[in-house]
Amino acid sequence: MKTLKKSGLSKEEMIQAYYEVKRGRRLDERLWQLTRIGKTSFNISGQGAEVAQVAMAMAFEHDKDIFLPYYRDMTACLVWGMTSKDIILGSFGKDADPSSHGRQMPNHYGSKEHNIVSFASTVSTQMPLATGVAYAAQLEGKDYIALTTTGEGSANQGEVQEAMNFAGVKKLPVIFVVENNNYAISVPIEEQYANENMSDRAHGYGFEGITVDGNDFTEVYLTFKKAVKDARSGKGPKLIELKVYRLTSHSADDDQTIYRSKEDIEKMKESDPIDVFEKQLIDEGYLTQADMDKMDEEIRAEIDKATDEAEAMPDSAPESLLDEVYAK
Amino acid sequence: MAEMTYLEAINLGISEEMARDEKVVIFGEDVGGDKGGVFGVTKGLAAKYGDNRCFNTPLTEGLIGGLAVGLGVMGYRAIGEFQFADYILPATNQILSEARTMRYRTKGDWTAPIVYRTPYGGGVRGGLYHSQSTEKIFAGQPGLRVVTPSNPYDAKGMIKAAIRSDDPVIFYEHKRLYRLLKAEVPTDDYIVPIDKANVVREGSDITVISYGMMLQYAISAAEKLAKEGIDAEVVDVRSLYPLDRETLVNAAKKTGKILLVTEDNKEGSIMSEIAAMISEDALFDLDAPIKRLAGPDAPSMGYSLTLEREFLVNEDQVIEAMIELAEY
Repeated sequence: MKTLKKSGLSKEEMIQAYYEVKRGRRLDERLWQLTRIGKTSFNISGQGAEVAQVAMAMAFEHDKDIFLPYYRDMTACLVWGMTSKDIILGSFGKDADPSSHGRQMPNHYGSKEHNIVSFASTVSTQMPLATGVAYAAQLEGKDYIALTTTGEGSANQGEVQEAMNFAGVKKLPVIFVVENNNYAISVPIEEQYANENMSDRAHGYGFEGITVDGNDFTEVYLTFKKAVKDARSGKGPKLIELKVYRLTSHSADDDQTIYRSKEDIEKMKESDPIDVFEKQLIDEGYLTQADMDKMDEEIRAEIDKATDEAEAMPDSAPESLLDEVYAK
Repeated sequence: MAEMTYLEAINLGISEEMARDEKVVIFGEDVGGDKGGVFGVTKGLAAKYGDNRCFNTPLTEGLIGGLAVGLGVMGYRAIGEFQFADYILPATNQILSEARTMRYRTKGDWTAPIVYRTPYGGGVRGGLYHSQSTEKIFAGQPGLRVVTPSNPYDAKGMIKAAIRSDDPVIFYEHKRLYRLLKAEVPTDDYIVPIDKANVVREGSDITVISYGMMLQYAISAAEKLAKEGIDAEVVDVRSLYPLDRETLVNAAKKTGKILLVTEDNKEGSIMSEIAAMISEDALFDLDAPIKRLAGPDAPSMGYSLTLEREFLVNEDQVIEAMIELAEY
């Protein structure tokens, strides 16, 4: 594993990275809690992928690059600019929810203000959209990039092949990401694809594919930094596979103990990437345990406040059901 | 004014919009270069507006569907061409899950103004997969507009209106009309609304409602029968979804005798919905049961000329049905 120093990030940036990682975990825990006590009805989690998502997202310019995420990318959306309150508003399905104003299930992140494009639940349909966004950049002669993510299960959809093929032909500034957490709900990778790495597929489309250990903050960050530089300078797309953990069940409606062994789950939890990252931060002198505890308290307070504020917001007016079916 | 075919009228309409607004781009299989599409509808556009704004895609309908949405969210007005209406099916997920709902699922934060163009209809020895009327698949899908012009004047005015529309529009072009119809078309800027049916002939005895090629039979039949004392009102549906309920119901009320003619299968077609609307709103104005003249409930016409003719409604059948209705 590479040292954090090798990332080239400043101390402040590295502390910010840790804040985003920890906020992602604590916020997700809150979303589960709200589901369990019956205040919300659904959650789908990115726990285990926070370090990878923060390292990925930090390589982009959030005020100009366009993000087309999938449902586990809450932490990356936070880095892109969404707030804890934005996320909780979506979980409650409030009218002020920037993702969909209460129209989509939770975890369907989007924000016009923050350049995060809404996505459908039909997995990986955002990938062809990302080529459209990238083609727009090429047409306008601008240097913004499209980043789009999906899981290793949904990467098998036909539209992913169509999108990558076109992106390769046109050398589009788009970065395709597969967050490989080994399970498509309950289906293990052995039953999902036959090649060794998902990233091998990129070679068939004429661009580079890279597989990265998602627990290695520096490796993920530098990989994306290079991919961003290449895409911005007209060198075309990349496929980046992030090997990550899925610490939770697929969703609030799933129970992974049915299809994963206790030992497997325990082993995975013991090597939680946040623990690994914290150890690196302490060892390399970025933060002390006391600093982290203090930050954790601040994050918990932020999330408590966001929860209270979001819960107090009004629900959608019933008659708004008919709003925006068509343009006026 | 200039005399032009239905096909030339669509080409001119697109060309005028591309000249007016540089955000209008067009793409699809064979669309770019000197070929200009399988039927030549986009001929000359690449030369006029550049290979970036009029370009070929690989053979990937899903991509065509999604590329348009991605361009749409970035402020472009994308026109995606599908070679045949039968071949839209691989893109149905993109059209229904992404394009149709982008506005609704973000309450207007993100929008995707798109025109998906496609030739449809039979009578060209196209067999099952080059003859189908697939418009019913996209009807009854709020958020989407489905339209088809039936003459060169409408063809130009409606394609321009579709391009300017902020809603995703599926623009059906009857492939037999492409070169069959010639008419005087203004060479200056005008729009034909894409949400209005058109009373093309006023009459007092019976009302014939149709669109596309079948409408041409209805118009011709009405002129012939007028000489025999049957005065038919003829209505062009034009907007297949959402339907222009007011115009259609008023035309039905006017004569009390309704003939619905479609090239599509009898059951489950656009005409089934029109029949239901008339029943709801004008039952007690009717002087005869609503009559439908349509293709049989076989998947589509055969390649063999005998099978194609057997499937297709012809002008003699329209005349016969009109006489029967008038005498009821």
